[in-house]
Amino acid sequence: MSKIAIIDYGMGNLRSVAKAIEHVSDGVEVVVTADPAEVLSAERVVFPGQGAMPDCMRELDARGLRPAVLEAARSKPFLGICIGQQMLFEHSEEGNVPGLGIFRGEVRRFPADKMVAADGSRLKVPHMGWNEVWQKQAHPLWANIEDGARFYYVHSYYVDPADSSIVAATTDYGIPFTGAVAQANIFAIQFHPEKSAHAGLQLLSNFVIWNP
Amino acid sequence: MLAKRIIPCLDVSAGRVVKGVNFVELRDAGDPVEVARRYDEQGADEITFLDITASSDDRNIILHVVEQVAEQVFIPLTVGGGVRTVDDVRRLLNAGADKVSINTAAVNNPQVVADASGKVGSQCIVVAIDAKQVAPGKWEVFTHGGRNRTGLDAIEWARRIESLGAGEILLTSMDRDGTKNGFDLELTRAVSDAVSIPVIASGGVGSLDHLADGVTKGRADAVLAASIFHFGDHTVREAKELMRARGIEVRL
Repeated sequence: MSKIAIIDYGMGNLRSVAKAIEHVSDGVEVVVTADPAEVLSAERVVFPGQGAMPDCMRELDARGLRPAVLEAARSKPFLGICIGQQMLFEHSEEGNVPGLGIFRGEVRRFPADKMVAADGSRLKVPHMGWNEVWQKQAHPLWANIEDGARFYYVHSYYVDPADSSIVAATTDYGIPFTGAVAQANIFAIQFHPEKSAHAGLQLLSNFVIWNP
Repeated sequence: MLAKRIIPCLDVSAGRVVKGVNFVELRDAGDPVEVARRYDEQGADEITFLDITASSDDRNIILHVVEQVAEQVFIPLTVGGGVRTVDDVRRLLNAGADKVSINTAAVNNPQVVADASGKVGSQCIVVAIDAKQVAPGKWEVFTHGGRNRTGLDAIEWARRIESLGAGEILLTSMDRDGTKNGFDLELTRAVSDAVSIPVIASGGVGSLDHLADGVTKGRADAVLAASIFHFGDHTVREAKELMRARGIEVRL
């Protein structure tokens, strides 16, 4: 049976992600694991993240998971979610920490001076709720998902890739920011597919059958 | 554009939805999983469970409820009621809650807000404020369903919990709660303008227009209601259609 590993480095509950993937996949073993060997033996890997990026990086290394994550991101269908997307970049303004450096670019906080809506009202941070995700490139993970479909976001920082060709989607919140990036076997999103009702489940079911 | 959220709230006691639910098609009106699933189908943006279990023996039942709902309903879940410690927060998040709402414990010990958000992240921590008007343009924070005064000014308290790390405020007007006369819009707007974190308006919804008013006049980021949806008067979809007709961005 094919196996999907959800990498667990102790930052938050991964049950929802696991249940959502189980919900859309038949005959697939979904494991939540902190074991590098299990990550490396999986067919697909999900790299989630919650909380603050400095804590996530510390806990990842404390569990010795960095080499397995880097190897999976090189060789397997790989889905980064939320902080799991941010950690793929070189550096974050949050706590001024380095990330894994798989993608060039910076993780930035929403700029306070740009947090103004069209009607002049204040845009709140965290950016919390359902926002439109505008697809910037054709990709198998967007199959059967309408351009501009709403996904659930909750975050105060976003990725700013140095190479704009990896941008797979943008969302507008005071500024247009990168909601998804894609390159080869990696797809990584800031929003939460496991909390995004039908659109989110569709994206996860696309991931389960994706063969990059 | 970010959509304004509509959040149905369910009171749960010892694992059952209470306060009467009247969905016609529901087999068992008291089953939280079925009620949550129905709200999800109607297009609810999140669901909030308020645990009002009286007996301490039954307090762990909410964890099972959250586990079951989180396995089947893939939208954000907030759980509040009786949350006192960082351990309580952790248990609920581990069961599958996305956010946990802290009320009285935050007043008694504000440090719990800082400790909890430091541990699990601000995005998981909602602080509930129950406020009553005490003078024109002035509201005081109350606890225990509006029975106990705290001496805290609601606006100052909102700023304080933001600085402690709260990620969102659930603001209930105790003057309006249960009246069906609409939100206290002046209170909602005052708090929403005072902080940079999202504010959920609550208390007093009697019509769909009240929900829209909460956003347009109260400047709330989300609106929460219980009875208007529970008794089958209106669906979440109807609420969103009305809000859209009034020019509010919603997820439909």
